Amino acid sequence: MVEPILSVSNITRDFGTFRAVDGVSLDISGGSITGLIGPNGAGKTTLFNVLTGMLPPSSGSISFRGKDVTCMSPDRLFELGLGRTFQIPRPFSRMSVLENVMLAPLAQIGERLSGPFLRSREMRNQEQAIHARAMEVLKFVTLDALADQAAGQISGGQKKLLELARVLMADPQLILLDEPAAGVNPSLTRVLIEKIEELNDAGKTFLIIEHDMDFVMKHCDPVIALAEGKVVFQGTAQEAQVNPILLDAYLGAQADV
Amino acid sequence: MIGLLSYLVFFATVAAILSIAVLGLNLQWGNTGLFNGGVVAFFGAGGYGTLILGGTPQADHLGGFALPYLIALSGGMAIAGLLAWGVGILTLRLRHDYLAIATFGVAVAFENLMRNAEGLAGGAKGLRGFERPLRQALGDGFTYNLLFLIFVLGLLIATYIFLERLIRSPYGRLLRAIREDETAAMSLGKNPARIRLAAFIAGSVIMGLAGGLYATFYAFISPQDVLPILTFQIWAMLIVGGAGNNKGAVMGTFLIWGAWTASGWGLSRFAPLEVQLYTGSLQFILIGVVIVGMLLWRPQGLFEEKLVVSQSGRAKHLKQQGVRE
Repeated sequence: MVEPILSVSNITRDFGTFRAVDGVSLDISGGSITGLIGPNGAGKTTLFNVLTGMLPPSSGSISFRGKDVTCMSPDRLFELGLGRTFQIPRPFSRMSVLENVMLAPLAQIGERLSGPFLRSREMRNQEQAIHARAMEVLKFVTLDALADQAAGQISGGQKKLLELARVLMADPQLILLDEPAAGVNPSLTRVLIEKIEELNDAGKTFLIIEHDMDFVMKHCDPVIALAEGKVVFQGTAQEAQVNPILLDAYLGAQADV
Repeated sequence: MIGLLSYLVFFATVAAILSIAVLGLNLQWGNTGLFNGGVVAFFGAGGYGTLILGGTPQADHLGGFALPYLIALSGGMAIAGLLAWGVGILTLRLRHDYLAIATFGVAVAFENLMRNAEGLAGGAKGLRGFERPLRQALGDGFTYNLLFLIFVLGLLIATYIFLERLIRSPYGRLLRAIREDETAAMSLGKNPARIRLAAFIAGSVIMGLAGGLYATFYAFISPQDVLPILTFQIWAMLIVGGAGNNKGAVMGTFLIWGAWTASGWGLSRFAPLEVQLYTGSLQFILIGVVIVGMLLWRPQGLFEEKLVVSQSGRAKHLKQQGVRE
């Protein structure tokens, strides 16, 4: 067993009297593509928000790469190598696609007030490097032709790719994707899956929330299922397909729709 | 002829001073999305600060400390910055309209404090005892005003270059990202609270500079100079010129200040006597109509923000791409 990259222990998150995440413990092993599934309202996105520091947990602890990161802010977590995308994409709309991506790298000289005035040469050199890398990453996610478009104007699927590109700029170790395939047309989904597989081969770990069961069964291993804020299943995709609790909680709920 | 010329110098001086304040607001609102509804508080802090620090000692209120002019002016800017720091820390969690309400309240409180705390800054009578720098050498005439205009224009250009350089750097990218989506910026390792505070203070220091120059120009400042209407005028200038575009901010200032001055003159000259009594109120209505009209029909302003596309400096208009707020 590989040392887990992310270790979650007994996490609870309450909203008033409602317990959205209820005592979740799980380990994400380095190099895996872990699928997180569960019916609507199971607490998947809330768990994501807790894991990425957007919401503090009501109780429990999280460690990332061997370090206790419970209650750490999202920006610090990103610096440590934990990147995420959003269920509903959050592009910087009135900025170009290129600028969206160039924003992401850490430790930019020009992001301090002194940068543009006292260290302008260093800043320019760094900008050139960031620009080159941004074009590379945009090419990787097949958005290079749209570099000069306003990010608010590209399609929903392209926005999902843009979010992935932004996260990749900082070279994180663990990437959390919230429904990457939802609302994306099939050909873009194929691109997205290809890119995720490529990155995974290169050593990146993924935790993916996804409703598309085909996607989960084909590409995620292991699979973790949440229902009503609790982990109800952990195992391989094959086991998930025949697990009675899961069928009841998740597939059953879907069949009702 | 000299009368007209000297009037033009007067007009240009006030417009250039206001342009500096509008540039400060553009940094806060246009670039960072901070809705400062209390511009006059920071403008006033700079004005009062400059006169108290640079004026001659007064028996009935604080100061003056008779400091050399440039030190007094810098001190006024620092006081505006300190006020912004305090307000910024307190309102760090507020966004949009809530921030606007809070800062508007700060500005009204500032005006009331200046009006009532006589021992602090002379109360309703205003702050006296300040002599314009180099007045003894240059006198009070046209030459002085012309040189002062050149001084103000120099500072306007310096502010403009400073801001252009800032917003074209990665710092500007950071500010725009905060404006567009704080949560996303945070997920990418940025610290919105720190950046928002920095932009709020920097913009307010620039407003403080404008206030200091304004008070210097009249060698006087009173609570009448920090009424809410000035905040609205400065907002109208930015909205008409184009939020997010520094050139637009300056153009908008000259346009709106021109329209304001002309409407005052026109009303007092041509309107029937009964109407003239309401000149001030009519101008208020006018400025409101301009703001609402602009927001309805051309929200991007006369000079819209340009999309930064790459280092090569190519820029496209946001509108061409149909991006709206």
